[in-house]
Amino acid sequence: MSATSHDAAPMPPTPEAAPMPPKQETPFRRFVSEYSESPVAVASFMLVVLIFSIALLAPFISPQNPYDLAQLDIMDGRQPPGSKSLEGLTFWLGTDDQGRDMLSGIMYGLRISLGVGAGSAVIACFVGTALGLIAAFAGGKTDTGIMRLVDLQLSFPAILVALMILAFLGKGVMNVMLALVIVEWARFARTARSAALVEARREYMEAAQCLALPKWRLVFRHMLPNCMPPIIVIFTILVARSITLEATLSFLGLGVPITEPSLGLLIANGYQYMLSGKYWISFYPGIALLVTIMAINLVGDQMRDVLNPRLKR
Amino acid sequence: MSATTKDTAAPVIELRGISKRFGKSLDFAAKLAQGAKRALGGTVPNTVVRAVDNVDLTVRRGEVVGLVGESGCGKSTLGRMVAGIMPPSDGTVLFEGQDIRTFDSEQTRQAKLKVQMIFQDPYASLNPRMRVDEIVGEAPRVHRLVGPEGYDAYVDAQFRRAGLDPAYKRRYPHQFSGGQRQRIGIARALAVQPEFLVCDEAVAALDVSIQAQILNLFMDLREQLDLTYLFISHDLGVVEHLSDRVAIMYLGRIVEEASAEEIFSRANHPYTQALLAEVPRIDTRKRTFTAIKGEIPSPINPPPGCHFHPRCPHAMPICREQAPALATVAPGHRSACHLNTVG
Amino acid sequence: MSDTTLEVQGLSTHFLTRAGVVRAVEDISFSVGRGRVLGLVGESGSGKSVTGFSVIGLVDPPGQIARGKILFQGRDLTKLDERELQDLRGNRIAMIFQDPMMTLNPVLRIDTQMIETVLAHDNVSREEARQRSRDALGMVGIPSPDERLVSYPHQFSGGMRQRVAIAIALLHRPDLIIADEPTTALDVTIQAQILAEVQKLAREVGTALIWITHDLSVIAGLADDIAVMYAGRIVESGSVAEVLDRPMHPYTHGLIGSVPSRNARGTRLRQIPGMTPSMLNLGPGCAFRARCARADAACAADPPQSAPSAGRTLRCFHPQLEMTA
Repeated sequence: MSATSHDAAPMPPTPEAAPMPPKQETPFRRFVSEYSESPVAVASFMLVVLIFSIALLAPFISPQNPYDLAQLDIMDGRQPPGSKSLEGLTFWLGTDDQGRDMLSGIMYGLRISLGVGAGSAVIACFVGTALGLIAAFAGGKTDTGIMRLVDLQLSFPAILVALMILAFLGKGVMNVMLALVIVEWARFARTARSAALVEARREYMEAAQCLALPKWRLVFRHMLPNCMPPIIVIFTILVARSITLEATLSFLGLGVPITEPSLGLLIANGYQYMLSGKYWISFYPGIALLVTIMAINLVGDQMRDVLNPRLKR
Repeated sequence: MSATTKDTAAPVIELRGISKRFGKSLDFAAKLAQGAKRALGGTVPNTVVRAVDNVDLTVRRGEVVGLVGESGCGKSTLGRMVAGIMPPSDGTVLFEGQDIRTFDSEQTRQAKLKVQMIFQDPYASLNPRMRVDEIVGEAPRVHRLVGPEGYDAYVDAQFRRAGLDPAYKRRYPHQFSGGQRQRIGIARALAVQPEFLVCDEAVAALDVSIQAQILNLFMDLREQLDLTYLFISHDLGVVEHLSDRVAIMYLGRIVEEASAEEIFSRANHPYTQALLAEVPRIDTRKRTFTAIKGEIPSPINPPPGCHFHPRCPHAMPICREQAPALATVAPGHRSACHLNTVG
Repeated sequence: MSDTTLEVQGLSTHFLTRAGVVRAVEDISFSVGRGRVLGLVGESGSGKSVTGFSVIGLVDPPGQIARGKILFQGRDLTKLDERELQDLRGNRIAMIFQDPMMTLNPVLRIDTQMIETVLAHDNVSREEARQRSRDALGMVGIPSPDERLVSYPHQFSGGMRQRVAIAIALLHRPDLIIADEPTTALDVTIQAQILAEVQKLAREVGTALIWITHDLSVIAGLADDIAVMYAGRIVESGSVAEVLDRPMHPYTHGLIGSVPSRNARGTRLRQIPGMTPSMLNLGPGCAFRARCARADAACAADPPQSAPSAGRTLRCFHPQLEMTA
């Protein structure tokens, strides 16, 4: 029973006995392969990417710039889909009362809708997650204070709060984003706090404490990456919700100004023409909105299933 | 190391009168409700759990102390207090003779690094989103035990010492088996050059053949690095094999403490005797299992007096009223039982 | 034949996953007699649990029984349809799981669950079903059964829950009980209680018992016969006394040797090097050869099952007859 040297220590697993996967399998790669198991989810993801690309590239790919008054001709107004303009430009989805091409209008409208919707969700995510983590770590009165604020926020219907804020501040893209952030941060805060409370008790956190690592490392390097799954799921849900909310506000006339119309405002513009047969002015922006929300929700659904620890295969 | 050197070696960790209570701290509304219920004549249930109750334990340099008990006995809580990740509610913890409450932040940091813990669950004790080389190498880098030039070689050496092939160090925990993950946890603990390892059911979740490998690794490391161990386990066979001294816990209290040889041949406390009688042994064939009656009580409502008296075949009236103190029954052998003091 | 409750012949259960075929159980054969206890021993991945599920017919897709016969009192269970299997399950064949909450419904009272089980197979009055449930609880040693009947599972401790699960398994006095690691998660003192109850019942009622575990020491005390599984195959089987006193397969030697009580205090435990192979797309040949000191070129072929003596089977080209020192 002599002291064994390092080389005679218990054998490492031999390659034949324990074949290791040849490829580096990061958690991200595993996520992607699990996500891709559903064709619907992959298709939805492609659709979301397509929609965002259209929105991003709108100035380059749209047939007409609908906000350049020089390009518009009021004689082209209220033309049905498929008709041609006096210069030979095809209005694939018709025109609105000002002569703007609906297809271009929708592309530009997507920019505003997605920009405001996704943008406010991102900001709300940062703000809400930070507050949730602070609440979980500080505990005591800070925790109680922040959580009561969250409860207060969530007990009001979102649309009501947004309307009140916008009535106070007035219209404008920045104001709408501010209103949306105020309405949405609470859900992030609550999710982040719950996830943080659960993760803080896990054994790997105890191990990190044992190693006397500084507190900030514990929170950001160890805990936060593991809190991300529920936050990501909430994020996709809230992006969709944000876009819908902004559309509602604009439809009611309290959202973005008419110079930067989002899909909601386009729908509002065409509303008066619904009963006189010129359905395309409201209908196609509505379809665009519907498809966008649905695609984002489907992506969020599949993400939720993949990231759900209880469904671990 | 001979037995005499161990007995006179300086204690690394000394616990005096250590207790740990868990209870829900009530907010204002709950306190109000409780007060109202009491005022109306109702009883408010006790929500304080005495996980560890007035424990004295000493671990000397170079020895392996086995801590044995069943669920609810508080051994894991005690292990965490020894490792410094859970503060005791009462009592004193002495590290190398000094009360840890007198330490400044630098001394606390040093003491924490010297006492490391190996956890039970090989799946939960590794951060799933960190690569294993990062898991092992983070602490030595942060604490400047190794510089950027020597980092890779250092991490490789830790892997090899734990019996792992460093070629796989850029993988993630989920790509390893349970036994390999446990080795990663061991490499992580060793990377900060500890003197004392608390093993909290470190082999309980492993297959028997892997268990043997890990136990052998512990024994190798003990010799190579002159480590001291607190080995927490419910498996008496493993504890008997590995330990120099053994302490038996029941519902938060140490009921017996002696050298491994003493405990397994001349157990004094009725609980220890029952444990030893009931453990299945591979050498006995087709035996009739005779069990002690009764369930393990919940730590929320422990029986008064001696915690074991409802299940003890030798219970006397005094056992119901007074908790027996740990008394010496033979050299180096202590037991908490009224049977020793009566008659 | 009336004394053989269960006879399994050449059973293979395969899982057809996207990544490949997992031969969880490959060509195993064993039998259990009336009132006898068979210990099915193996580590994780050995296929012991899948064997239990296969016998009771609870293997779900992508798993399926690929080959073989399961003769329960002469009837081949693999040939029965789902309805016939349901008649037998809980009635003549019962199963106990490691986690009692796999048997117990957390939102139903105990008496509801037990009465439901009785009425599923017997056309009796509710009152009689209740009485039988009461008796079953008494049989497993649960005190004050009337109180316990009106309780919910969460009001019991882990050991009690397992005993209730065993009581439910006994309600119809089955001829065969399959127990899959029922005491692994329990404390030593509680495990001893449950083993005592189970032993008593097997003796009194004449139930055949298959006890699946990784703990050789439990089998040593409880079982009459033992079958050791590795990577889906039975590598050795026989009576407990024979196999544990005179093991032949190197894996069995390794398992017995790694038990701490078989090694002198403070010495290194005899260990089996390496790890269990991945069951995915396992190639031909003896699955243990990567870890076996006695392996050679011959082991690249599947070792056939041999009968070295009466009542013993072995799958090995190089059996190890002498005990390692």
